[in-house]
Amino acid sequence: MQATPKTNGAPVIHLEGIEKTYVLSAENIVRALRGVDLKINEGSYVAIMGPSGSGKSTMLNILGCLDRPTAGSYQLGGHNVARMPDDELSEVRGKRIGFIFQSYNLIAQLTVMENIQVPLIYQGEDPRAHHDHTVQLAKMVGLGDRLDHRPSQLSGGQQQRVAIARSLVNDPFMILADEPTGNLDSKTGAEVLEMLDQLNRSGKTIVLVTHDDKVAARAQRVIHMKDGKIDREVVNRPHNN
Amino acid sequence: MRLGTHFVGTVRLGIKSLLLHKLRSALTMLGIIFGVCSVIAMLAIGEGASYEAQEAIKKLGSNNIIVRSVKPPEEANSSGSSRGFVLEYGLTYDDGARLQRTIPGVRAVLPMRIIRENVRFDQNELPCQVIGTLPSYVEIVGVDILRGRFITSVDEMYQNNVCALTAGLASRLFPFQDPLTMSVKVAGVYYQVVGIVQERNMVEQRSQTGQIDGEPLDNNVYIPMSTSRSRFGETIFRRTAGSFSAERVELHQVTVQMQDTDAVETADPQIKTLLRRFHPKNDYETIVPLELLRQAEATKRIFNIVLGSIAAISLLVGGIGIMNIMLATVTERTREIGVRRALGAKKKDIITQFLVETVVLSVGGGLIGVVIGVAVPFIVSALAEMITIVTVWSVFLAFGISGAIGIMFGIYPARSAANLDPIEALRHE
Repeated sequence: MQATPKTNGAPVIHLEGIEKTYVLSAENIVRALRGVDLKINEGSYVAIMGPSGSGKSTMLNILGCLDRPTAGSYQLGGHNVARMPDDELSEVRGKRIGFIFQSYNLIAQLTVMENIQVPLIYQGEDPRAHHDHTVQLAKMVGLGDRLDHRPSQLSGGQQQRVAIARSLVNDPFMILADEPTGNLDSKTGAEVLEMLDQLNRSGKTIVLVTHDDKVAARAQRVIHMKDGKIDREVVNRPHNN
Repeated sequence: MRLGTHFVGTVRLGIKSLLLHKLRSALTMLGIIFGVCSVIAMLAIGEGASYEAQEAIKKLGSNNIIVRSVKPPEEANSSGSSRGFVLEYGLTYDDGARLQRTIPGVRAVLPMRIIRENVRFDQNELPCQVIGTLPSYVEIVGVDILRGRFITSVDEMYQNNVCALTAGLASRLFPFQDPLTMSVKVAGVYYQVVGIVQERNMVEQRSQTGQIDGEPLDNNVYIPMSTSRSRFGETIFRRTAGSFSAERVELHQVTVQMQDTDAVETADPQIKTLLRRFHPKNDYETIVPLELLRQAEATKRIFNIVLGSIAAISLLVGGIGIMNIMLATVTERTREIGVRRALGAKKKDIITQFLVETVVLSVGGGLIGVVIGVAVPFIVSALAEMITIVTVWSVFLAFGISGAIGIMFGIYPARSAANLDPIEALRHE
């Protein structure tokens, strides 16, 4: 990937007083996040844990720029994305964030190659110009010989590896993984996690949401959420560069 | 360049998504195919029908006003008349002269006597129309002289027993001989054949003594007016099995040729006013080809509007079909939309994607519809012996409408796809 790992310098993600309130009806107001402050340094590996209803999904949506906070500020790579209009948020998602989902979310009618290239298209790039780069990514995730296959012809683990290659194609700041091993057996899950470790070692910032303590154990920091707030933070190991 | 490849990519993606459900896409297209096909085919058939009518009217001559004798309605089926059993009605020789003298802008007046008779040569006896007329018939009605000559003013002056035959009649009467200089027999009198002619205007000419039903139109025998008067007289007897009738008609038809088209419209009411004084029985009618032409054009417009509306409704139904399917597709692909949004697709990218799919459906259907729509009139022409005219504008119109319908009915589903909340869409099962 990258020749030299990036240094863990300035915080690439900076959340300050983030609140998210859903007004379902006049009496039914859900306060999903109640003032979250969080700094994530470049190149770090952070796991977010918490029981359901703790606000971790909302947290993930806001981190992924899929949703805007009701209050607070969110600095991503020096840009305040908390108040950005929809189109700019789309651009931020496409350029700076790589998504890995629990259920892979590949597009059924496209081949492996085309799936990896989807984020390129929305940046106005010509996929053909990035052919070599795509092939390189596919080889990196061990699918160099499956470029013409459709998602339905791949196993779960293989699909998730395509999703990892897709998340990297625009060379984002941060990889956002939502239960990436949730649908995989322990062996393939371990392979996927190994791949994320590798990415982190090569300098990518990784934020991972999980239920699984073993998965979280791979991260440097584990953030436990409860009732819309950060409950506690466990530092597994210092930054190891 | 970059935009271009992006667009090509979007279209390819659209086709790919549509091919995922081949039957569904084909059925959806079918609505548009039928719509476009019916627009083109209906307009082609309508255009052809009115073309035939208009051509026929044009041949009557747009400078002419035709005045015909008509059996007065109240006496049409009674035997009573001023002269016992002889029914007397119609235009008179004086009428012809009066028209010539009175109406301004008249170039020529051509009287005609049209009598149904049998013409005979040797063993061949054929029904025909004996038309007693003047030499100017050639110019006013329009006749091509194929061989010999038409009747002349000399024939008229001396009441010569000469005749010109139409080509079809001549070939039936004289299958083996040269008709020129031979004589044919009509009502006991011999007429020398002096010419073979062909009417430019093959429109059915109704004779006063009966309707021509399914007979060839070119069975005319032209004789001089004066000959007609002296040989046939004014009273024409018709004998049918068990009964006979007699009619006294001086002129069956008078064609008034005006100097120009503008004079036609003013002359028509003048002719009517003039004739009304002498014909209280209303035993004549005027036909103004120019007016008929205008009416035919107006009818054609209405016809086109009606056919067009029917076709437009079928296109509309096709469009609604497309919208229905696209809405279903959007629901079905909610998750894909969520994924694309997460991977950086803007709302307008999603709109473009779905709009392109709709337009591919409708334009694809439109293209197939154009091909079938152009083919159908040819088949109709071949089978029904109708003239059909596929106009270029109808092809463009149908194709354009199909494209427009694709966009119109695609916008709503595409917008509803783009406005999905990415989070909700990602969570959609």
